[in-house]
Amino acid sequence: MAKQISDFFYDSKVMFKRCMKIALRNPEALVQATITPIFLMLMFGAVFGNIADVGAYNYVDYILPGIILQAVAQATQYTAINVNADMTKGIIDRFRSMPLAKSALLIGHAGASVVRNVMTTVVIIGTAFIVGFRPQAGFVDWLVIIGVLLLSVTAITCFAVFCGLRAKSPEGASGLMFPLFILPFISSGFAPTETMHTAIRWFAEYQPMTPIINAVRALMLGHPPGNDLWIALAWTSATAILAFAFAVRRFKRKM
Amino acid sequence: MESIVSVSNLQKSFKSLKVLKDVSFDIPKGSIFALLGSNGAGKTTVVRILSTLLSPDGGTATVCGYDVEREGDAVRAAISLTGQFAAVDEVLTGRENLQIIGELGRIPNLKNKIHEWLVTFDLEEAADRPVSTYSGGMRRKLDIAMSLMGSPEVIFLDEPTSGLDPQNRLAMWELVKNLARDGTTVFLTTQYLEEAESLADNIAILHEGRIIAYGTPGNLKAILPQRGAHLNFASDADAEKAMKILRENGITVAGLSQEMPTLEEVFLTLIGEKQDGEPNG
Repeated sequence: MAKQISDFFYDSKVMFKRCMKIALRNPEALVQATITPIFLMLMFGAVFGNIADVGAYNYVDYILPGIILQAVAQATQYTAINVNADMTKGIIDRFRSMPLAKSALLIGHAGASVVRNVMTTVVIIGTAFIVGFRPQAGFVDWLVIIGVLLLSVTAITCFAVFCGLRAKSPEGASGLMFPLFILPFISSGFAPTETMHTAIRWFAEYQPMTPIINAVRALMLGHPPGNDLWIALAWTSATAILAFAFAVRRFKRKM
Repeated sequence: MESIVSVSNLQKSFKSLKVLKDVSFDIPKGSIFALLGSNGAGKTTVVRILSTLLSPDGGTATVCGYDVEREGDAVRAAISLTGQFAAVDEVLTGRENLQIIGELGRIPNLKNKIHEWLVTFDLEEAADRPVSTYSGGMRRKLDIAMSLMGSPEVIFLDEPTSGLDPQNRLAMWELVKNLARDGTTVFLTTQYLEEAESLADNIAILHEGRIIAYGTPGNLKAILPQRGAHLNFASDADAEKAMKILRENGITVAGLSQEMPTLEEVFLTLIGEKQDGEPNG
């Protein structure tokens, strides 16, 4: 048993290294995943900053959590694409015919995805500071923020891994991810839900991005996150666990 | 001789298409075995079942004494698979590809081992270039080097020479012979009778889901009808003269080339025999 566990960690580590190496050989994707959200943030600030009624908030402070989640969703499509490329090319047959821990390849992809997203998120938050982001969060608040964001990244990553396994082609894999790109826009990310039409408002208030965004925003600005924090934790951990379980099941299935 | 692969009454369907109806054969340890069949005959399906990638619908198969269904991990530890499409990471270099597989295989003294493999496979110069810059032959070599790193007891090569130029094809044949000389059992699939004949100790012909013939190349040839020969002469007059002399005496011809029977001809012969035999059997 101990041997199986150490084998599992070792196999996963090698796969993680492989996935990171492959990601770093495609710096365009990494740069794009960072530039696009920064551009979005600047554009939203410049175009809507003066007309958006977000109450007492500074607009950059208001949209930063939504920008981060949108960036993560968009960037994680590369994870889905990479997983799918592995599954549809010959390499998967080699890995599957080797005596490896079954989920090691998936863990490798997921780990590399989380690390990539942490890198881009740090750059986005850094840029936000330059354009006027002024958080009020204390040390403990920041720890909770990091925790919530890491869980969100993990949940979206697990979903992406599943999409990558499910799709028949890399294009299909990124297509399955598409709803996730849109979700942050139909949430409390860029405008208060109270300003939306009834049906959209109902959707925006009950979809998972809204509690995550509300909780992160409240924590960043030093407000109590209230129930949003618990709802966000429930959504993200449930999504991560379910998506990963389905992904592993799908991966293990023989034809 | 001891069997290292043993397949009995293997069956596999994809939806309503019965690809394997009843496949049985044994492979002696340390030999070269060729599974011969035309496109779509199910050769790859057999390889995928034996390398634990597919589950059969019926029948049993063991590799190194382990059941491919129940003892998958033990089978995987004993084999390696080189599929039809090079299983390499294009964006990584040849060395990095070997490094990853070597680490996964827990090969000791990996750095030196990788160097040895690169030299053996003549990939030293290209070692630090991304595989996307490699030619088809180089990719195939790297692919096989990756498969051989763990010193498997049985290596499955699915159509190892398809898409290779004649020079690389001969190099591949040489490699396969060397592997067998070192005691590795080689299971290869091919659609070329010539290839099976010049490499294999035993050949099985897979047709319509069944093994319709099994034996040494010599055995298989014996099934075939007597073959003709092409004689080439400098001129028509010579040819006529030669034919006349041949008719009268029987003479040794210098330029004689025997025609290889094609796979189709083997099939036709075997299928014809089976049909002839059926009313009685």
